[in-house]
Order: sequence, then C-alpha cells, then structure tokens
Amino acid sequence: MATLDRADVARLAALARIDLSDADLDRLSGQLAAIVDAVATVAEVAGEDVPATSHPIPMANVTRPDEVRASLTQEEALSGAPAVEDGRFRVPQILGEEA
Amino acid sequence: MSDWTRRTALEIADALAAGEATSEEVVTAHLDRIAAVDGPVHAFLHVDADGALAEARAVDAERKAGAELPRLAGVPIAVKDVLVTRGLPTTAGSRILEGWVPPYDGTATRRLRAARMPILGKTNMDEFAMGSSTEHSGYGPTHNPWDLDRIPGGSGGGSAAALAAFEAPLAIGSDTGGSIRQPAAVTGTVGVKPTYGGVSRYGVIALASSLDQLGPCARTVEDAALLHEVIGGHDPMDATSLDEPVPPVVDAARRGREDGLKGVKVAVVKELGGEGYQEGVAQRFAESLDHLRAAGAEVVEVSCPSFAYALAAYYLILPSEASSNLAKYDSVRFGLRVDDGGSTVERVMAATRAAGFGDEVKRRVILGTYALSAGYYDAYYGSAQKVRTLIQRDFAAAFASADVLVSPTCPTTAFKLGEQLDDPLTMYLNDVATIPANLAGVPGMSLPAGLAPENGLPVGFQILAPARADDRLYRVGAALEAALDAKRGGPVLAGVPDLEGAK
Amino acid sequence: MSAADKLLGYEEALEAFDPVFGIEVHVELNTKTKMFCGCANEFGAEPNTQVCPVCLGLPGSMPVTNEKAVESAIRLGLALGCSIRESSRFARKNYFYPDLAKDYQISQYDEPTSYEGAIDVVLDDGTTVTIGIERAHIEEDAGKNTHVGGTGGIQGADHSLVDYNRGGVPLVEIVTKPITGVGVRTAEVARAYVATIRDLVRALGISDGRMEQGSLRADVNLSLRAKAAPGEDQDAIPFGKRSETKNVNSLRAIERAIHHEVGRQAALLAAGKPVVQETRHWHEDTNSTTPGRSKEEAEDYRYFPEPDLLPIEPSKEWVEELRATLPEHPAKRRARLQEEWALSDLEMRDAVAADAVDLIEETVAAGTAAQAARKWWMGELARTAKEQGIELADLPVRPHDIAELQVLVDTGAINDKLARQALAGTLAGEGSPATVVEKRGLAVVSDDSALEAAVDEALAAQPDVLAKIKDGKIQAAGAIVGAVMKATKGQADAGRVREIILKRAGVEE
Repeated sequence: MATLDRADVARLAALARIDLSDADLDRLSGQLAAIVDAVATVAEVAGEDVPATSHPIPMANVTRPDEVRASLTQEEALSGAPAVEDGRFRVPQILGEEA
Repeated sequence: MSDWTRRTALEIADALAAGEATSEEVVTAHLDRIAAVDGPVHAFLHVDADGALAEARAVDAERKAGAELPRLAGVPIAVKDVLVTRGLPTTAGSRILEGWVPPYDGTATRRLRAARMPILGKTNMDEFAMGSSTEHSGYGPTHNPWDLDRIPGGSGGGSAAALAAFEAPLAIGSDTGGSIRQPAAVTGTVGVKPTYGGVSRYGVIALASSLDQLGPCARTVEDAALLHEVIGGHDPMDATSLDEPVPPVVDAARRGREDGLKGVKVAVVKELGGEGYQEGVAQRFAESLDHLRAAGAEVVEVSCPSFAYALAAYYLILPSEASSNLAKYDSVRFGLRVDDGGSTVERVMAATRAAGFGDEVKRRVILGTYALSAGYYDAYYGSAQKVRTLIQRDFAAAFASADVLVSPTCPTTAFKLGEQLDDPLTMYLNDVATIPANLAGVPGMSLPAGLAPENGLPVGFQILAPARADDRLYRVGAALEAALDAKRGGPVLAGVPDLEGAK
Repeated sequence: MSAADKLLGYEEALEAFDPVFGIEVHVELNTKTKMFCGCANEFGAEPNTQVCPVCLGLPGSMPVTNEKAVESAIRLGLALGCSIRESSRFARKNYFYPDLAKDYQISQYDEPTSYEGAIDVVLDDGTTVTIGIERAHIEEDAGKNTHVGGTGGIQGADHSLVDYNRGGVPLVEIVTKPITGVGVRTAEVARAYVATIRDLVRALGISDGRMEQGSLRADVNLSLRAKAAPGEDQDAIPFGKRSETKNVNSLRAIERAIHHEVGRQAALLAAGKPVVQETRHWHEDTNSTTPGRSKEEAEDYRYFPEPDLLPIEPSKEWVEELRATLPEHPAKRRARLQEEWALSDLEMRDAVAADAVDLIEETVAAGTAAQAARKWWMGELARTAKEQGIELADLPVRPHDIAELQVLVDTGAINDKLARQALAGTLAGEGSPATVVEKRGLAVVSDDSALEAAVDEALAAQPDVLAKIKDGKIQAAGAIVGAVMKATKGQADAGRVREIILKRAGVEE
C-alpha cells in the first residue's frame, strides 16, 4: 500500500477545501503518514467473507409520513449568515459549476 | 445553610420538592461557584446566568402555586457545547462556529427544558469532539480540578471538570470513542455512553454519525440514571434512534445499591488491560473486582481478539464520516467567513476552513478524505467497517458468557497539559479501552475506582453491557460505587483539592 | 474556446459513424414535503421560507426519509419494468457547492432502489424501440443559485445568491443503458423516450413532468464510433468518447442537441481529432453546445453509505400491492383505445399529437360513440383551439358537454348543423349544449305537417323535380331538400324531408 506523501496531502486538502501553507503541509504530512501506516492494519483482518457494518444497531424502513411541518422563518434561516441579499445567502463569485 | 454545590442532583431535587430550598438559591450558588473557580478551571465557554435564573424563578413560582413538576425540575445542568441550544451560542469548541447562535433546539435540549432544568451554560470540549484532553479546543484548554496542570480528559473535559469542580451537579456529554467515559475516569466522576440510538442525535453537532451518542454525566451513578431517563428515548427526528422505551436505569441503580449482585456474571476483557496500563490503574481495577465479588458477582475472563484492531478501525471510520460531516462549515450559511473581498467562493471556503479549523480537525478531515477516496475505499473505510463486524461478533460471544464486561476505562491517570500534544498517535491510545463500545454500539459507563496510589489521581472503572441493556451498567455501577464509598467513608470527590484561592 | 464548432450535417455524419446515446432523466416528485424533512415541496415561495435545519444543513440536523417518496420511486421503478432492490441504503455524494446545503448530496450509489428494466417507446410511425433502463434511484435536489452582475450567467458574475427552498426536494434519477442500433433515428428516439417518461410519470401521478418548469430534466450522453463495414459486427466496435449535455430543457431541444453533438463530434473525428470526454451545456439561443469549465481531474465524490438513514427494505407484499396500482403503459393504452375505437393508425396518431386522447376517452366514457367523440374533438374543437392558440384541454367545454351534445343529435332533437351552433354557444359561455339549444330555440323541425307544407311549397317552386324523380333521378330530390332546409333555417330533419319528397313522387328508395 502506498504511503501518504506531501503531494497527496496537498491534493486531499484541496479536495477538502482547506488551504494549507507550506509549513502546514510539512508538519501535517509526516503526522498523517504515520497515522495511515498505523491504521492500514485493518486490511489484515478484513477478509472477503466478512460483511461490512455501516449501522451498528440493525434497523430498516425508518421513514416519516409525507406531512408538512413548520419551517423556519426567513429571518431564522438567514440568522447565522455571513452575508445576505434579497432574502438569500450571498456568496462571492462561483468559479466551478453545478455537478 | 447547605452548600448546594456539594449535593447530588437527587439530594437537590428532593430538597426542592420538599420546599427546603428554592431553585433560585441552588442556581445562584452554582453561578457563584462558577464565578469563583472557572477562571483557573475553564470548564465553561458560555455562562447563561440570566437564562438559568429566569428558569429557576419560574420553577419556584410554579412549585409554590402547587403545580406538578418533573423530578429534576429546578436542578441546574451544564451542557457540552456540542448540543445545539436555541438562543445560546453553540461552538462545538471551534472558532469556525464562534458566535453562532442556533435558531433551533436539539431534541435533548428540548427535553431538558421540558424537565425544567435551568441550563447554567455550555461547556468546553476538544474541537468538534476530536480529542482526548480538551487541549484541542479552539478556546483554550480546560484544567483538571484535581491538578490544574493536568488535562481533564476529552473531548468532554469541560462537562467532567464542571462536575469535579462542583460547578454543576449534572452535565450533558457526548461520546464517540470515549469522550464521556475517559474524562469521567480522569476526574473521578461518572459518565455513561448509552446504547447507540438510545439518546437522540438531532441537534448534536455531528462528528462520526455511526459512533456518536449523547449521554449523562454526574457525580453519582443514580444521578446519571435520573438524567439518562430525561434525555433518552425515541425521537422521530433521528432515524437512528431506538423506537423503544428507555431501559429502567433509575430502578437498576437502586437495585444495585440495595440488593447487591448475586447471580451477576462479570467478565474482564483480556485485551483491555495489561501492558501499557499504569500500575495504580491496574491496582484499583483489581480491587474493584474484589468489591464486585464481595457483592455477589462471579468474575471471569473473556478474550476479544479483534479489539486489537479497534483503534485502527476507529481512526478510519471517524475521520471518514467526520470529513463529510464537517464539509458544511463552508462560510456560506453560518459561522466564520474569511473573505478578502476579491475572491471566489471556492477560495473563501478554503481560507475559512484553514482559519477556523485547528490542527487535529485538519488532520482528521484530510485522513478521512483519503480513506474515502476512489481507489482507497476498500482498503481503508471498507476494511474498517469489516473490523466493526468482527468486534460486534467478539462482543456477542463475550456476552454469551457474561452479563457485563469490565476493564479500566483508560490506561493512565490524567497526564500533564502539553505532554501528548506533539504525537497524535500517543494521544489516540487514551481511547483504546473505550473505542470498542462505540464501534459495536453497545453502552458503557465509567465510574470512579479510587485514586492511584502513586499520584493520588482518579482512576476509572469501565462497565460494558449488550446493546439495549443499559440498565445493567447502572446495577453493577451502583453496587461498586456503594462498596467503594463505604470502604473510604465517602465519595472519591471528597478528596478533590480546594479550588477557591487557587491560581 | 467559444468560436462556433465545425459541424457535419446530421445525416452525413451518420453515414460514416454509428451513434450510441444514453439519457439521464431527473424526475421531481410531487410529494407534499421534501425528501428528508417536513418542509413544503411547493414552487414559487419567497426565498428561504421553505427551509428548516435539515434542508439548510445546520449543524446538528439529521435527515428522515419521506415514505411517500419511496413509494413513488418504487412505483416508477415497477412501471419501468425494473427489479426492486430488497435492501437499499442511501449514500452520501460529497462535493462542495454553494447550493448544496450540507456540501454532500444524499443519493443512492451502488444500491439503487430500482434496477435492470426496459420500456417500449413508440415512434410517430408506429415503430417500437425498447430502451434498456440501467437504474432509477432516489436523491435530493440542491438549492438554487442566482448569479448577479455580468450577463446573469455564471461566467462574469460578480457574486451569487442562494435560495434553499428547492434544496431537499425529492428526485428520482432514471439512467438508461447505452442505446445502440437506431442510427439516424437517434434524435427521434431520444425525444420519444423523454416524452414517454413524461407521460409515464404523469400517468403514475407522481410528478407534473413539466420540462419547462424543471420538474422533468434530461441530460443527453452521446458518442460516435466507426460504422461497421458490411459483414462486420457493429457491436464489436468499441464505444467512442462521449459528451454529456446538460440544460436540455425541452423535447425539441433534445433533438436539436443530439443533432448538434453528432455533427460536432463527427467533424472532429473526420478531421482526425479526438473527442474529449466532457460535460457540455446546451444553449437554446445559439442552437449549440459549449464545454463546461474543464477540471484538472474528475471530481472524486467519495461515496459511502449514509449513516444517518436506515436501509429501505420493501416487503414483497408491499411491492406487489404497488404493482397493482400501476396505470397501463401509455403506448399499450393507446393501442387498446385505437382498437376499441376502430381508428386508423393515422387517426390515432393525429389524436395523440393533438393531445385529444384523454378527452375522447372521457367522452366515450360518458356514453358517446367513439367516432362521434373523435369527430367533435378533432374537428370543430381542434379547429377552434388552433384559432385561439390554446390547448384543446383549455377550451371551456368538457367531455360531458360533448356527450350531451351528441345525445341531442342521436335522438334527432337537433341535426349536425344545429349541433355546431349549440357548441359555439357553449364555447361562448352560454351554458351547456342543452341549455343553449333551449335558449336559442334550436330544434329540428320533425313535425310532419310542417315539413309536408314546406316540401309542397318547394316542389311548387321547382315543378320539374318531381318528374325527374319519377323518372329515376332520385338525386334530384337534393335540390328540394336544400330548399326546405333553407326555408326552415336548417332546422328541418333532412332525412324526413327526403322521405316526404320521395313519397310525393311515389317512389321507393
């Protein structure tokens, strides 16, 4: 298994939308590589015949009826917003595009 | 006049019901205590004196008018800042949520309010609950009341310290890998992680959705049980919450204290002990087993070999789910925005998260992003989920031959602030005994086992029960607590240093 | 690059290349509430007034699945001939975008609710093409970005504003298998497929299915490969690189976008240049596609099972109950009706094209003979609707009005000409046909003495007619009939008049 290198960390940080300075990259890369090495041991016991557990307590079909509940008011919805315009959340220019 | 800060929640509740005190008196006493000692302790991020007193006065008025009130009405409580409280700032210990005032209450908050419990304030925590020492809080660490140079445990160090410093009789914590139990252990208090789904997660700021649970923190087992019954139970707003009644935990605590443990089978988990465990921790643990035997329990040993992989699985599953849960902190709808005025939203997002998240959060988010990424999923996240299955199987096998499993809660007593900050892996080892329960979803409790002889610091005793059998924790815990209190002539917290006049 | 792409002509291109295409349709469900919270699922509210902690992605919020959305998704899957998964988990699709409140979308990844189906699409000329369905899965919609400054589009905008009212609305995404072997009919088939899906979701009652309102959205994937030489197996030739075209907002745009992409890709390939696998956007105004912003690498969505939601495990009994609620396949229904109504292929096609089938069916259900019902809706009413520039369904006349009208004709109370007058009255808002007939005094004169008098008068005016009829020229009677109709302002029973004339002439028909 490949270990995690500085370039990987830079790429992952970008994917996770976290700016990292060079100093950050240096500091975190070493730590992360060590952690990855430590946790990679899970593959040793994860046999093909072992099913994965995604939910610790097995349950199924938990749903709710299609009935309207009170929403927040517009004021409440916008209450934490850093920037508001016309009842909407204002964000700077978007570079990318909708998936 | 009684010092209300030294009483248990049960004693306070009884006194209020009997008219021997008013809630306003009790709350005032606690606010005074907080003012006196929280400078050095720093358990609280926000104190809501006005709100707590207003509720206290309302409860007093209603009680005077003869209204029927819930059991814990008027008993004050501290709330870990991971639980959303409408109108009170909620930060999850992070700068990225500095100043955020939620427009809604979490379900547990609503239940506390319905129980008429004045909320003293929000307690400190490792940022987004990632940590074992509260040193990763964006607002500075909390100090252990037993020794202010030491950590109070984490991530819920604030709640545990508030209890140990007598700033609150009850507290709410959350436990993802031990964040209630380990702080309880190193502060000489009681903390319970309920069965996964036993307490609603609606309004609990998510760290790892398949591991997180909110739980009760107190100074006694019975107090924890009373609080457990207030916050527990089904919630339609949380699809993973159990659609079943809360196990009869208060009743179980009483039975444990009064009736002993005849017929109860207790199993020591071989893998959760031995090398790496501090001598005083092992000693107090062994003595506690003797007390359980004396109370009538049979003590055996079981082996859970897959627990050796629990830490690795945990530090894959948690970061993976966290990397997704923390994506919402993106500067758009709430929280911090770092905007240089000429940027794109992509740049603002990245700059905001860089400024708002601390190092541990960044580490785990990046690790989680890696573990989920294309080509790596099977080896990391996928494999970790399989280890989870193995751990559940080991628990199932163990519970086939015992009613509860026991271990020391954590390998050491409280270490010094700063001691483990340089090496994340060392810090992770603090959770080695508590993590398996979260992976399997089973409930766990930590209660004081005494003080380690070598340094006089608290040691924690952990009890684990099968899923949905939370009451067993309280029965066994109450029995042990009664025996230990009897042995030393009082609760362990009688030995905590006097904080007033400290620093 | 934005200069117009070089294009080959559609037919020309498909002489050299073989097209392969696929369609992804997003169906917005018409449930009362959103997919994972109880906010109202309604169009047109003030921004950010149909939001709650869940669909706003506030810290601490948690989703809970809408049971009606699951039911609708399963019914859609069944109608598409799919198998329904015994156990399906939701999954998180992780990416950052301002309109995505949690910065992940709850969707389904490798466990879609419905999979492996097929649906027949009937083209205008009656040809049937079977479209393979890969999967139909449930997901939630994102909010809406509005771009401010610049031209209003995303490029050159100064900033953007986000409204999360639409965020969390339930969607079912239907993905076809690659469709091959239809050659030059590709555009036609694609259009017909989307129209079929539209009809289906409306017939199921699970969506408005209106592309112009966004409750039905289509993305078109297209690639070209070399055309097989005679004797060569076309399917042995691997697929080429495909483009995905988004923003295709109407049936017409689907055809045009395919024409454009075929031409564009063929021009590249013919010039020896490669086709780039990319997302493109359709522009209605320029009738072309442009590339999306190129990304350095494909987005890694890091799918994993949604831990906050439990698996959906529909019981076999429930699935069968839902299967029993399915409406007839639109094409099968049309074939059955055509046979019941004894219409020719052309007559049926015209009725379909005019959106008259439902109206005719309702009229027949009200008691009218099929031919008569068709005649009214496809004749007088279709003409009127066209003149007024509106849809047939928007005329102020209902099937039961037509049924009432035809009863009046069938019983002889009025004739065809009077019926048209009555209908005109109904369209003008004077009331039901029976009301109009009464108000206006429209009635066929069938009183024999009155008719005999009128006939005699007409015969007197044209004396030679009687002799002609006796002579064997029965058709000469027509002139008298015409005269009598004129004299009675069209209210005579023409058949009876004719009988009387022949009787006068002493002739049997």
